[in-house]
Amino acid sequence: MNNTIDIKISAAPLHTQACIDWAMSPHCGGIDVFIGTVRNATKGKNVIRLEFEAYESMAVREMTKIAAAASAKWPIHKILIHHRTGVLYPGDIPVIIVVSAAHRDAAFDACRYAIDTLKQTVPIWKKEVFEDGEVWVAAHP
Amino acid sequence: MEIKVLAFGIVKEMLSHSSVTVALTEGATVSELTLVLAEKYPAIKNLSSFAIAINGCYSTADTLINAGDEIAIIPPVSGG
Repeated sequence: MNNTIDIKISAAPLHTQACIDWAMSPHCGGIDVFIGTVRNATKGKNVIRLEFEAYESMAVREMTKIAAAASAKWPIHKILIHHRTGVLYPGDIPVIIVVSAAHRDAAFDACRYAIDTLKQTVPIWKKEVFEDGEVWVAAHP
Repeated sequence: MEIKVLAFGIVKEMLSHSSVTVALTEGATVSELTLVLAEKYPAIKNLSSFAIAINGCYSTADTLINAGDEIAIIPPVSGG
């Protein structure tokens, strides 16, 4: 961890503005922000809530690897990845990724890489709870 | 050797515990652990896939397991 990478798994609500403020710097020409939000439906079924669980120590390690790889691959200034755990409701924010860079192409590319890779490698799981049942996302064929 | 295996998400529900203990021979690899787990807990064969993490890192089938390692079953992730 260094002062250009900020990684956090949190049971408490994420603070979008504080995340942006952390990435802000006079060196930067732009900040790219991805905010994941809880959608109120999956395949036409109403979602009541999502329950997120993390293998925290490994998740932090994998998120740090993503941030380090993005920093090596693109000329970015700072990268922040924060993820919630626990029970979230439609409109709540499970994930925030913020990337600042001198030029926007690097910020956009690094931000997309970070969320796409997070969804493939970081040991965090969500259960969707519907009115008539629940399912761990992606668990079954 | 006795190995403690951590379970998360759907695996925790399948095993009814957040960790289980399995017996492995000295020098066992991840592929042997996977066979032992599937025999003892057949429900995990219903997963679309799963990985084994050792000390917080993804392993491969031939990774060696040592006594005292932190082992975890990683079902398909779904963060974000």
